Amino acid sequence: MTDWSGYIGLILQGALVTLQLTVMGSALALVMAFVAGLGRVSRFIAVRALATTYIEFFRGTSIFVQLFWVYFVLPFAGVTLSPLQAGVLALGLNVGAYGAEVVRGAVKAIGREQREACIALNLTRGQAMRHVILPQALPLMLPTFCNNAIELLKGTAVVSLISLTDMTFQAQVVRAQTGNTLIPFATILVLYFLMALAISTAMRWLERRVTRGLDGVRT
Amino acid sequence: MEWDWNFVWEIMPTLLQGLKITLLATVLGAAVATVIGLVFAILRMTAPKPIARATGFVVEFIRGTPLLVQLYFIFYVLPDIGIRLPALLAGVIGLGLHYGTYAAEVYRAGIENVPRGQWEAAKATNLTGRQTWIHVVLPQAIPPMIPALANYLIAMFKETPLLSAITVLELMNQAKSVANSSYRYIEPMTLVGVFFLIMSLISVVFLRWLEERYARVEER
Repeated sequence: MTDWSGYIGLILQGALVTLQLTVMGSALALVMAFVAGLGRVSRFIAVRALATTYIEFFRGTSIFVQLFWVYFVLPFAGVTLSPLQAGVLALGLNVGAYGAEVVRGAVKAIGREQREACIALNLTRGQAMRHVILPQALPLMLPTFCNNAIELLKGTAVVSLISLTDMTFQAQVVRAQTGNTLIPFATILVLYFLMALAISTAMRWLERRVTRGLDGVRT
Repeated sequence: MEWDWNFVWEIMPTLLQGLKITLLATVLGAAVATVIGLVFAILRMTAPKPIARATGFVVEFIRGTPLLVQLYFIFYVLPDIGIRLPALLAGVIGLGLHYGTYAAEVYRAGIENVPRGQWEAAKATNLTGRQTWIHVVLPQAIPPMIPALANYLIAMFKETPLLSAITVLELMNQAKSVANSSYRYIEPMTLVGVFFLIMSLISVVFLRWLEERYARVEER
């Protein structure tokens, strides 16, 4: 009989790395989503072009290819990253590109009359964005951000392939050491699912939080 | 290290061979996803409640867990219970199952978007259940689904490099083996990225066209 307690500890260690990647990747993705998303609705064509290039590039290739590129090709350009840094960078930039489209869509979805009212009140563009447009656009973004965060969580499994010791990597280690395949893989599947469940629960709470006071404003 | 065009031409045939497998996996995976998605959607919408619930849970579970782990599961765990699959078949099943859950949602939304009045009118004109589906519901439900389904097809195409983790010799794996034997990473990895970028840019144009063509039905 194999002693499973040590192996469970190994998988939990991996879960911690996965969690770390998810949180840090999401933070980067959130920043990129707003920078690129607002860049796409900028009034300067150069900014718009830059944002569009970024979005199309990162949406056009898969996270796996980007990760390998960051990890194996960037060192030749003199940028050497640890696996964790490479993982966070690739995940954040990739999911950020998807998030940017969400930000753009939500900002565009705010009605014309709101913008006109801002002009009538003599708000600057920055003020209008900060006080009028974004507070209304945020609730529209949250459900899709939730999906994006879960996609990011699922994307973290790929980093095991650049030898980062996340949950999937540790499951492979356990498999190699015990020869048992069912238990490690079933365990991490359940753990991934629980994490995804936690994300969607947290997001639903956040959604209630930001829509508070908006009842009846939108139909 | 410098970019070397001679090396690029040298490895091109190998990469193109990988690309062929990538496309094959995408097409087969899409076929499996279309069928599995339909099964999931029908089970969720028409089966008795416990079965519908169970299907709903399975769909949520598959959507909430990484494709890579599911591929490992199919490729490494199933042989333990006597099902030994070739790598490509395991990959196709994994892709099909994963994206089938996404397709199921598209089917469900498409069918539920057909207005109630259409069902009632079909009943009022005394159409049988079969006739209702074939002549009234599906012709209205399918066109709006097409852009969404094509979107997932592109997403699936971009996920095929994961199959390299279960030893399928597709584009990514060929690039990796070339890189490992020659110690040159810049060309193979960049080329893989360029291949994928080109393919997805082409498919984005195709998708726009599909959207334009089939979105009109919604406005009617």
